[in-house]
Amino acid sequence: MKVEFKKVTLLIALLALGFSFGIAQHDSPADRMEEEGHDEDAKELTTGDHAGHDEHNTELEHGESEEYDPVATVMHHISDANEFHVWKGVHIPLPVMLYAPEHGWTFGLSSMFHHGHTAVDGYVLNHGRINRVQDPSFPKGEVEVGHIEHHVEATPDGDSTDVYYVTHEGNEYKLDPPSTLDGGMMGGGITSFYDFSITKNVFTMILALIVLVLIFRAVAKGYRKNEGKAPSGIQSFFEPIFIFMRDEVTIPMIGEKHYERFQPFIMTLFFFIFFCNLMGLIPFFPGSANVTGNIAVTFTLAVFTFIVVNINGKRDYWEHIFWMPGIPAWVKIILTPVEILGLFIKPFSLMIRLFANITAGHIIILSLIGLIFVFGQNGASPGGASLGAVIGGAFALFMNFIELLVAALQAFVFAILSASYIGAAVEEHHHDEEAPHVAH
Amino acid sequence: MGPIGAGIAALGAGVGIGLVGSKAMEAIARQPEAAGDIRNNMILMAALVEGAALFAIVVGLLG
Repeated sequence: MKVEFKKVTLLIALLALGFSFGIAQHDSPADRMEEEGHDEDAKELTTGDHAGHDEHNTELEHGESEEYDPVATVMHHISDANEFHVWKGVHIPLPVMLYAPEHGWTFGLSSMFHHGHTAVDGYVLNHGRINRVQDPSFPKGEVEVGHIEHHVEATPDGDSTDVYYVTHEGNEYKLDPPSTLDGGMMGGGITSFYDFSITKNVFTMILALIVLVLIFRAVAKGYRKNEGKAPSGIQSFFEPIFIFMRDEVTIPMIGEKHYERFQPFIMTLFFFIFFCNLMGLIPFFPGSANVTGNIAVTFTLAVFTFIVVNINGKRDYWEHIFWMPGIPAWVKIILTPVEILGLFIKPFSLMIRLFANITAGHIIILSLIGLIFVFGQNGASPGGASLGAVIGGAFALFMNFIELLVAALQAFVFAILSASYIGAAVEEHHHDEEAPHVAH
Repeated sequence: MGPIGAGIAALGAGVGIGLVGSKAMEAIARQPEAAGDIRNNMILMAALVEGAALFAIVVGLLG
């Protein structure tokens, strides 16, 4: 008991130390510098002038960093990229397939962009993402370009956005944002080109697919070989998970009668999300992609659930949506629009839940790692950096364990909620107090 | 304003998930043989409560 108490006191003391350092930070020169930086941004916003620019983002990418921007670094790490960043200056290139309606296809490897120093057919690599120069006067083919400049500009509705410019032969060309289908939530938007590349996320999904196929082929072989006998090898590891998914998820949620039809779908959802979550927790090459923390991926998974639920909807399911039996008519008029909204809110909440949980976990871990740079004042204070490494590292380790739990839990939640929606769709209701339904 | 809204949403979700957890613990204490069923339902309910909070957080931080 006493030892426990001592440990708790030590932890509280460490925390207090951390906070005091955090408060002391407010008077540091780095902080003042940042505040001045903000003032500069504000000035820029009011004048709409491009001259005073804020280049630290681009410089961070080229390794000549002066100032550490935690938000930009975190957002860069949780968004998708066209190359794997391994080490400063070491990148694993990925294939790019780009299509612009007025120009046609461009194929190649992302190494052909030389990290923003070469433009190919008007495409440049900016923060690991491919951007396109909209201006038709920009030369096609491989061209040497100057650095990429970052400006903060005011939008017509009073907001501010990040705009990037690439310099070529003394002229500045505006860059289109990267092509994404996530509605611009992760910094993209509707753009002038389509990016069909094998990005980090796509690569990791393909890897998850290959791993799943190899593992489950081995397990299936085990089931054929050991029919009626005890499982062996890798089959022994997965059998408890299969039994759990069947006995605790599909049978109670969908029912004895229909569960076998939906078992493959629910299991595929569970294992795909689980594997992608786990690979997202690996901080280096084969992992490091934030697959299930990308809203486009979770959107697609939720759409699958939506389709499976609604094409399997029985008569009772649709009746309960459009004309709920057993309630007064005036309530039905209110309830029907709510039920129709509910049809779409269910998959929408599946999408948001998985996306927000995984993204939030990644942001927390990256912020804790970022403490090293914040406490170290960009290399000015090695002591602060080591303190940040100890505190941030300890909390990051703790968060990684929580994330392991979340990886399994969110995959399970996605699977069990999909199963319960399917269960509601295929269920046959019995209203004994009503007149029996007339068979059609 | 966005981060403040996200913080308030997290408060609400904390209270909600706390209630789900405390009632589930009470139920397990009363009926330990039903622990498995109660745990599954607890996770399901916690996920639903969390879903509402996550909407607010996503709207607060990204919107």
